[in-house]
Amino acid sequence: MNFELVIGLETHVELNTESKIFCSCGGHSSPQEPNDCVCPACAGMPGMLPVMNKRVVELAVTAGLMLNCEISRYTTFDKKNYYYPDLPCAYQITQLNHPICTNGLVKVKTADGERDIRIKQIHMEEDAGKLVHGGNSSFVDFNRTSVPLIEIVSQPDFRSAEEVVTYLGKLKSMFKSTGISECEEGAMRCDVNISVREAGTTEFGVRTEIKNMSSFEAIERAIRYEAQRHMDAIEFETEELVQETRRFDDVSGKTFAMRNKETEADYRYFPDPNLMPIVIDDEWLEQIKANKPVALDEKAEAYAEAGISDKEIAMLMSEHTIAKLLDDVVALGCNAKDAAAWILTDCAGILRKAGKKLKELSITADGLSYLIKLVDSGKLNRGAAKKTLIAVIEDGADVEKFVEEQGFLVEVDNSQIEAVIDKAIEANPQAVADYKAGKEKALMAIFGACMKELKGSGDPATIRTMLIEKLKG
Amino acid sequence: MKYYATMLNEKGVVAVDDTILVKDAPSTAGSRMLEGFKPLFSAEAVKRLEEKGYLVAGKTHVGEFGLDLVGEFSYYNKANESEKLYGAAAQAVADNNVKYALSVDMNGSARRAAMLSGVSFLKPTYGTVSRYGVISCAASGEQIGVCAKDCDGIAEIMSVIAGNDTKDGTSLKDTSYEYKTDADIKGAKVAIVKELLDKASDDVKESVYAYAEELKDQGVTVEEISLDIFDTANTAWQILMCAETCNNVSRYDGVKFGHRSDTYKNIDELYVNSRTEGFNFLTKAVILYGSDVLSKNRYADCYDKALRIRRVVADKIKEVLSTYDALLTPVCSKTEYVAYDIKDAFKKVYDESVFTCVPNLIGTPAISTNKVQLMGAHLTESKLLSIAKLGERKGE
Repeated sequence: MNFELVIGLETHVELNTESKIFCSCGGHSSPQEPNDCVCPACAGMPGMLPVMNKRVVELAVTAGLMLNCEISRYTTFDKKNYYYPDLPCAYQITQLNHPICTNGLVKVKTADGERDIRIKQIHMEEDAGKLVHGGNSSFVDFNRTSVPLIEIVSQPDFRSAEEVVTYLGKLKSMFKSTGISECEEGAMRCDVNISVREAGTTEFGVRTEIKNMSSFEAIERAIRYEAQRHMDAIEFETEELVQETRRFDDVSGKTFAMRNKETEADYRYFPDPNLMPIVIDDEWLEQIKANKPVALDEKAEAYAEAGISDKEIAMLMSEHTIAKLLDDVVALGCNAKDAAAWILTDCAGILRKAGKKLKELSITADGLSYLIKLVDSGKLNRGAAKKTLIAVIEDGADVEKFVEEQGFLVEVDNSQIEAVIDKAIEANPQAVADYKAGKEKALMAIFGACMKELKGSGDPATIRTMLIEKLKG
Repeated sequence: MKYYATMLNEKGVVAVDDTILVKDAPSTAGSRMLEGFKPLFSAEAVKRLEEKGYLVAGKTHVGEFGLDLVGEFSYYNKANESEKLYGAAAQAVADNNVKYALSVDMNGSARRAAMLSGVSFLKPTYGTVSRYGVISCAASGEQIGVCAKDCDGIAEIMSVIAGNDTKDGTSLKDTSYEYKTDADIKGAKVAIVKELLDKASDDVKESVYAYAEELKDQGVTVEEISLDIFDTANTAWQILMCAETCNNVSRYDGVKFGHRSDTYKNIDELYVNSRTEGFNFLTKAVILYGSDVLSKNRYADCYDKALRIRRVVADKIKEVLSTYDALLTPVCSKTEYVAYDIKDAFKKVYDESVFTCVPNLIGTPAISTNKVQLMGAHLTESKLLSIAKLGERKGE
């Protein structure tokens, strides 16, 4: 039987804010000791009221814009009730009825081309604390309590584990590169909804949910295991599939059903009367849009348009600082494709020889753009430029100073070029004749001879123009 | 009944009820569940009084989480059998132990207590007094109010404690409010609500009519109207109140603070035993009722419908109060209560709340004065106080 996987994801992302979602405790600072970062509000003490952190709304809207969502102009919070020692109030403040973003779309590149993953909604919520078990006791650490999260709920649009991992990687690089989330270990957690059906059918199979995984590797293994379990159950009737919640065991690589008690809860949601509905007006939305950082995948499109190769784009995407260097150099007036080559070929080569990684590239955007412009204008030959780069990368030299100290700058005299051109024309009668007969390619032979004579100094474009004029003359 | 506080200062001594936090003072909401709980900060209202030189001298008993009639089911101060019931805060004011008292009005207990002790209590418009530091139960309708012997005292204290507080997201925007007892009420019209009067005993009816005569003597027009929304409003408010209370007291689980049972073998037993021992029968009834109306099967028929009714009631009251300046009603069905079995409490409180529920449900102000109640439209406290002041002259 041919099977098709149907997967939907719920992805929790910890937002990078200075304070928690409903109180002024430091949100993202990493506290050293348990319960270092706790106040009466996030510890669930009586008398405290939640006060909305505006920054959370802005980051959630920014994430929504990046995932091409509709932004709700009216958004509300609900309380979700359940008892667990790491949940101090015994309810979590989340969004059920009016989430902040809806109807988004993420494009995911797969082996078979690009696929659309629809986003059902993004909502804001608070994180729970953490239990630490030791000896006969369990301890509660509320540092993480009320840290702001967004939950991104996808439609069941994934058809393979690869797609899931590619999607998650895309979200991660998007949020990390724009500072929406630090995306550290455990700051991005997933619930995976999975079912299997015969290829070509439209009915959904029995769905199971695998809860709370944070490593991409675990997610991929869990999906593969669970999919196989479903397929075996359908094809060989190894077991009867039931809709249930499961957890993935990293050691055995298997999924196990969780106790019913944990899963069949009625969360008794209701609107939180302590938090007034949030209205996002035009002015606020425009402000958030204006401050929205450019995500890497939007950059990737711009790079591709500028003629940068896929391989080079991939290298740029992997290093946020390098992509920024390129952007800055381009902003200073250099050609994007050339600049990318300078960074990813010349600089990368020097780094490799020095045993360094690309992200250790220390040249400033000012320095690099200065260098590139000198080379373009013919005032610095490529060999000298390369020497300069080596000095910068290996010894931390300053571009401008180094070029000056070494006397690399050449003021090219046009009369000298003219003499060289005359000499080249004289030495290549056949090529001259061919060019005059209309063979454009023949020009390269004469031009090459000129450049050889000039040993790389002089602006190639200028030399070429002068040569053509001479030949036509 | 016992209460604390006998010190004096120039501005006046204030007692606050035990659902309002005072830094480092035991604050228990009358429940064993919070035995020994000492808050790290004071309620905003307390802070504002202290800043203005008032002495917050002590705390008065409340019934557990303010859910009972007038405070008879405090874990720390149970009413004796056949004893007449009084609210501690109101009685402290009546006995001149304190000049003013702050109480949380969630289900009318403070208004009933004022009636029993012959003092006045104003439940102000929702959002005027910060709820920061209130041991919260029904967040959408509870409000700190002021108990005093007369309307001038209420106006004085309200002027101090009311005004926007950024620590309370439901706080109204204005930073301060003016409370007067001499507002222009020339040609004021007051309506007696027939449906509520019909639910009260004869002596209560008598006091309402006597009060109406007094107002008429002072030039106020009093008419009797029919307004049949109070039973529905009461059901709606009890649904919302129980649901919100159930949710808010769920944090008292024995894990972090307050009462923890001595006997448990695992986390489930710790929860169940601590809460079984910590809450009284009435709180448990409210928790069960609240859980039920929020459950998946019942939400649409109960909770959601109650929210819709809240809107309908608000519209209807607004319409009536565009013709009249205030509604004149009883505060409760009887002029006195005696101690009773706690197992009857849920029904008793439910029945009595019909008189007091509307201001909690829709956030409007109401004053319990001279053994009657005046309800007004949003932010018309000065008008209510001024009308109530006319009634105070009775017997002069």
